[in-house]
Amino acid sequence: MIQESKYEVVRGKVITRTFLMFTFFFLLSLILLAVRFTKGLGAVTNLSDGYPWGIWIAYDVVVGSALGCGGYALAILIYILNKREFSPLMRSALLTSALGYTMAGFAVIIDLGRYWNVYGFALPNRWNLSSVLFEVAVCIMTYTLILWIELTPVIAEKTGWNRKKLEKIVMVAAVIGLILPTMHQSSLGSIQIISLKKLNPLWHSGFLPLFFLSSVILMGYAVASAESLLSSLYFKRPFEMNLLKKLSIYMVYIGFGWIILRFIELIFWGKISLVFTQGFYSFMFWLEVALFFIPSYMLWKYRSQLSPRKIFVFSIIYLFAGAIYRFNVYLIGWNPGSNWVYFPSMSETLITIGIVSFEFMIYLIFVKTFPVLPAKEV
Amino acid sequence: MNRFGYVPGLSEEITRRDFIKLLTIAAATMGLPVGFVKKLEAAVKSPTRPPVIWLHFQECTGCTESLLRTSNPAFAKLILDIISLDYHETIMAAAGSQAEEVLQHMINKHAGKFICVVEGSIPTKDGGIYCQIGGKKAVDIMKEVAQKASAIVAIGNCASFGGVQSVEPNPTGAVGVMEVIKDKPLINVPGCPPNPYNILSTLLYVLTFKKIPELDEYRRPKFAYGRRIHDHCPRRAHFDAGRFVEHYGDKGHRLGWCLYKMGCKGPVTYANCPTTQFNDVGVWPIGIGHPCIGCTQPKVGFHLPVKLKVKPQEVVPPEQFPPITVKEGKATIAGVAAVSAALGAAAGAAGVIASRLPDKEERNHEGKTKES
Repeated sequence: MIQESKYEVVRGKVITRTFLMFTFFFLLSLILLAVRFTKGLGAVTNLSDGYPWGIWIAYDVVVGSALGCGGYALAILIYILNKREFSPLMRSALLTSALGYTMAGFAVIIDLGRYWNVYGFALPNRWNLSSVLFEVAVCIMTYTLILWIELTPVIAEKTGWNRKKLEKIVMVAAVIGLILPTMHQSSLGSIQIISLKKLNPLWHSGFLPLFFLSSVILMGYAVASAESLLSSLYFKRPFEMNLLKKLSIYMVYIGFGWIILRFIELIFWGKISLVFTQGFYSFMFWLEVALFFIPSYMLWKYRSQLSPRKIFVFSIIYLFAGAIYRFNVYLIGWNPGSNWVYFPSMSETLITIGIVSFEFMIYLIFVKTFPVLPAKEV
Repeated sequence: MNRFGYVPGLSEEITRRDFIKLLTIAAATMGLPVGFVKKLEAAVKSPTRPPVIWLHFQECTGCTESLLRTSNPAFAKLILDIISLDYHETIMAAAGSQAEEVLQHMINKHAGKFICVVEGSIPTKDGGIYCQIGGKKAVDIMKEVAQKASAIVAIGNCASFGGVQSVEPNPTGAVGVMEVIKDKPLINVPGCPPNPYNILSTLLYVLTFKKIPELDEYRRPKFAYGRRIHDHCPRRAHFDAGRFVEHYGDKGHRLGWCLYKMGCKGPVTYANCPTTQFNDVGVWPIGIGHPCIGCTQPKVGFHLPVKLKVKPQEVVPPEQFPPITVKEGKATIAGVAAVSAALGAAAGAAGVIASRLPDKEERNHEGKTKES
């Protein structure tokens, strides 16, 4: 990424009590992963022929990569809309993005039933070029690589590599990094277009790619805001309030726009009555809409008096909103037939928790080793 | 008989094909294997036709009508061919005292050999004065004839259990034959009217095997009355699925749903109506949309209001039965606990962090440093 602001290394010990807690969950998941890779999916998961995709895809891949879109969402602001003032947030957002995407990639491999066939992905004669899933896989893999390339200046600053050569590569990477998430985040929605009868009509729509893409940008800003506040709090650094206030207004616009688009789709396709007649599904729809509406309304109402706490709370609610929407599309509103049930097993959930813990561990190590967070200019 | 005094079929020969067909149906009704058709045939063709005395008391002659006016004309001919009907008030040519002389003559001539078929209930109140034939009380005629009969077959609900006349307050004290005659072999063929095939089968059984078929507690042949209507009802699936007719002519009624809520007595009534059916064209009360009134069951038919719901002898149907599909896939309690814990921890952590973040705008640390 392009150097515009100053960054610094956080001082402090890497091994803290929080770090050890994450380590515990990570080690626990390693044991369960050993069982999964030796005894198969059935030994640790509740996945079945009816529900071949469970919490690993719905959370680790779909929600996880959406949470990793802070870098993408900020890049749109900084490079396309030319709002250069947001660049102090960029590095930490890139780091979370790189971590989120790397973990999403690992989660896919964990979820692959016959994971020993994964090398086939490297053989072009085995590619199915008309598959949306293939596009998602290629995009996510490439984007993960791009994200790490974009982070190389961070490492270069520490190790003293030749930065001039790096910057040219990083420039190209940043451009590609703008295209790729646009492709695969909308494609994560496109995947569910083919589950025509399996996905409840409240969610099934030709607009799924647009809903996914627009909500992922919202989630990207929300995760960047929350992360900025969180690191400011824990590393006792100043809050980036000027930037966050501006960012929250963008979130409000996208949030309201998303809700309006959602209802327009339902009305124009004659599905609006379903919001009251589908029982549990209707409830989940309203929960989802409420989670998008409440932070949008509150951030707008308090737009002139936003505090760090308010921005944090409403950003978190936005993240829940995007997560619930993705769960609704991938698991809750998705019904392969009345005789199938699915709820993640304990081992399945613990593996997910372990993966998330690992992300936190890497983040903590990274910010304490490399200059990622904005520099304090006292 | 139609109004010209002509009984269709009675004057015509039965073809062998129709004859064997009827015997096969009768054998099937009795639950006999096909091989028994030959035995039945031999019994029917036997030159010594057993004499039958057919008595009528308090009744409507519906049972006789149902026998004579079947849609299969060969049926009545067969009945009248295999038995020697020596006395039957409806179809005999004689009348008045002449007819009564025939009766006396026949019971003396065939004493101990004839079968007595009874149609109609017998009044017992006030000494039985409410039904008299030729100055003789019904109860006396019954006792006199029964004394000399080899067996008695009570046809219809009236002769079996008292019928509609015995309904409270039962002004004539009407009872079935088995209340009056206790010392003779007696078969009840109840119904209003009973299925002609049940009458035919019962008579054929007695003639062929020279004994009384296996009877239930109400002296009904088990082959015809051994099974509950409810258990063989073509609408039973609707009962199990909780789909009921609520009013005559409603959607469920037009679609042929269960008539239980309309007071169907199928759950307490034993008869072969659902399987044998009537009129040779496959109709029966429930089949045409009317609840069973329980005419083959004592204290049910005529005694209970048609609309009254009976208690099924099994469990009362629940409003909804569980789906018949088998659940596949898994959803474990531990998983629910783990997900809830993770969600709770995430929400809790967010809450803790939020509480540590300042909620006042002026405590904004940021400001002068950024816009450089």
